[in-house]
Amino acid sequence: MTKLLLGAEAIAQGALDAGISGVYAYPGTPSTEITEFIQRAQRDPGKTVRSAWSTNEKTALEAALGMSYAGKRSLVCMKHVGLNVAADPFMNASITGVHGGLTIVVADDPSMHSSQNEQDSRVYGKFAMIPVLEPANQQEAYEMTRYAFELSEKSRLPVMLRVPTRLSHSRSTVQRGEPRGQNPLNPSTEKGQWILLPANARGNYQRLLDKQEELVALSESSPFNWVKRWSNEETNNITGVIAFGIAYNYAMEVIRAYHLPVEVLKISTYPLPKNLVNRFIEKHNTLLIAEEGYPVCEELLKGYRGDNALRGRLDGTLPRTGELSPGLLAKALGVETSEPNAVPAIVKGRPPMLCQGCGHRDLFHALNEVMAAYPNYRVFGDIGCYTLGALPPFNAIHTCVDMGAAITMAKGAADAGMRPAVCVIGDSTFTHSGITGLLDAVNDRSPLTVIISDNETTAMTGGQDSAGTGRFHDICRGIGVAEKHIRTLVPLKRNHEENVKVLREELEYEGVSVIIAQRECVQTAKRKRKKA
Amino acid sequence: MNKNIIIAGVGGQGILTIAAIIDLAAMKLGLHVKQAEVHGMSQRGGAVESHLRLSSEEIFSDLIPLGKADLILSIEPMEALRYLPFLAPDGVIVAATEPIENIGNYPDREKVLETIRQSAQHLLVEAEPLAREAGSARAGNVVMLGAASPYLGISAGQMEGAIARFFGRKGDEVVEMNINAFRLGRAQAIKKDETNQ
Ligand SMILES: Cc1ncc(C[n+]2csc(CCOP(=O)(O)OP(=O)(O)O)c2C)c(N)n1
Ligand code: SF4
Repeated sequence: MTKLLLGAEAIAQGALDAGISGVYAYPGTPSTEITEFIQRAQRDPGKTVRSAWSTNEKTALEAALGMSYAGKRSLVCMKHVGLNVAADPFMNASITGVHGGLTIVVADDPSMHSSQNEQDSRVYGKFAMIPVLEPANQQEAYEMTRYAFELSEKSRLPVMLRVPTRLSHSRSTVQRGEPRGQNPLNPSTEKGQWILLPANARGNYQRLLDKQEELVALSESSPFNWVKRWSNEETNNITGVIAFGIAYNYAMEVIRAYHLPVEVLKISTYPLPKNLVNRFIEKHNTLLIAEEGYPVCEELLKGYRGDNALRGRLDGTLPRTGELSPGLLAKALGVETSEPNAVPAIVKGRPPMLCQGCGHRDLFHALNEVMAAYPNYRVFGDIGCYTLGALPPFNAIHTCVDMGAAITMAKGAADAGMRPAVCVIGDSTFTHSGITGLLDAVNDRSPLTVIISDNETTAMTGGQDSAGTGRFHDICRGIGVAEKHIRTLVPLKRNHEENVKVLREELEYEGVSVIIAQRECVQTAKRKRKKA
Repeated sequence: MNKNIIIAGVGGQGILTIAAIIDLAAMKLGLHVKQAEVHGMSQRGGAVESHLRLSSEEIFSDLIPLGKADLILSIEPMEALRYLPFLAPDGVIVAATEPIENIGNYPDREKVLETIRQSAQHLLVEAEPLAREAGSARAGNVVMLGAASPYLGISAGQMEGAIARFFGRKGDEVVEMNINAFRLGRAQAIKKDETNQ
């Protein structure tokens, strides 16, 4: 059965065919489509894979670990920065190990198409000392996902599958294999493994270290790593390229197009196959290291004193930042290409913007009017569609760092004496990581106004369900925000005067206040109407 | 057979629909397909593009190399020019003439069209009236697919088959409307070809 699938969908199909019992995820570009594919597949009758969205990446990974404890296979998906949120269970799950297979898909975003940074998740994989798999194409994404579960159960470790945006969001044909059934319920009977008291943890950690040699051996014999030469000519001293994951495609594209006498070592598994790599390096006087992301392996292979035969991102043969492309590989391999056409000067940038009719717009109009009364005011912002309020014509927010930081940064600024201390946070971001910060503010009585721009969905990533919809008033009251300082408004033009008044009152209040600006995202509403 | 196609437009214009229809036709012919898309932030009214590669050989890169696109198919005139660095020296631009002016500094429309004319072989199509004629103002993307169809290396019959399969779930009326839109767009290309001869 062949299907045209996004890399993300190939992973999803691979996980389903590997017999997962659940996927746990919080949306994040470019990982969202994995879970969405599984959710769509579960609409058919008789499907039993649990797939609802989690509140954040940490809750997702812990739940998946619990499913693994119970003996079943589970999948976790997140974008790269999501792994920062899930870092605690991530690091400790490598110490406990797993029971049922556990695969953690992390989608990196080199060039920051939709992200705050371009961190390389392979660093985390090495940090946790677990196997990392990095497919080069959609077919491998499918096969390596299936393999990840086998490897996880064999090594009794979580396995990371790392994909970049370009693979996650690119389609190609994928050939499916025979699906495997789910594992039966079979809770772990191990005792010490799961109780990370120091005495147990030391033993577990030693076992993790002892497994490393076996992991390297698996890499050495992995069918996903190979040496390839485009031309058959036996020439000596040709250039070698060590290409990791998707970088292999760019190298091969160029080598084929220009008939380059270059030999490529493709690597898709970590820890590195040490002998394979060493043999390859010894064979070549000039070597290019092509990695999508940070120069993780380049740094390792070059060593502290620097091996000058190794070219790559560190010596400027390839750019230090941003995603790779065929053009960059061509240049790095010394191909003279004609200068491409320039983009004509008449072309203007077309940045994304808030939709017409979006409630965030009306909120920012009201907020800007109120804030204008304060000299040099600042509004702390967060991540979501409403981040676009930082751009003209609104220029309404002044920070965007990480999910939840609007509230906690505003609190710190309030503690430092900033008045008024105001922040805007989306509903999904609030439940993801805002609630704990609000509790801090309540406990500390920090004078702070939190505006929850509640569009009843996770809009930025395409309109997924939001964990707290309909309950924000109750959540804030439960945490201890005074009832009369939890105000709800509807951000519409016709309510402008009234909304301005509410905002003004709460900004002047010397305590914690919450304003819930509530109106459904127009895109989500449209989709719902279409479905109905 | 080897075709590199950039499909361009503004978020919400339906460029992925065009790509999906070409994919269907190409797969029926047993061609290899790779199609890189833009998801996420830019879809919110920003510039979006898809790199579509068809080949009878294995395709390595998901991205089209600079200077190697045979065709830029754009549903918006200024967006066609944004991807000019990808266009091959003998490549073709097929673009709709109706601008989406959702930015404050949108350039003069006539100058945009003139720049396209000077940049490459081109076919400029007023898509909206044709889409209306076909039965829906929203079928502009399929009109443009028709206009670009002589450059795809896939026959009109194959393309119409793919349109029928793509819209099949939505009923005969929708299929027929889109096939009409496709034919009206294609007629523009044929007309241009005849006047050139
Ligand atoms: C740790 C982390 N996880 C996921 C994301 C991706 N992401 C950015 S904004 C967002 C959703 C925001 O939803 P909400 O707060 O409701 O705002 P809206 O987009 O609906 O306005 C997500 C999932 C991220 N940037 N960081
Ligand atoms: S998707 Fe929804 S929340 Fe995002 S800008 Fe559009 S209307 Fe606003």
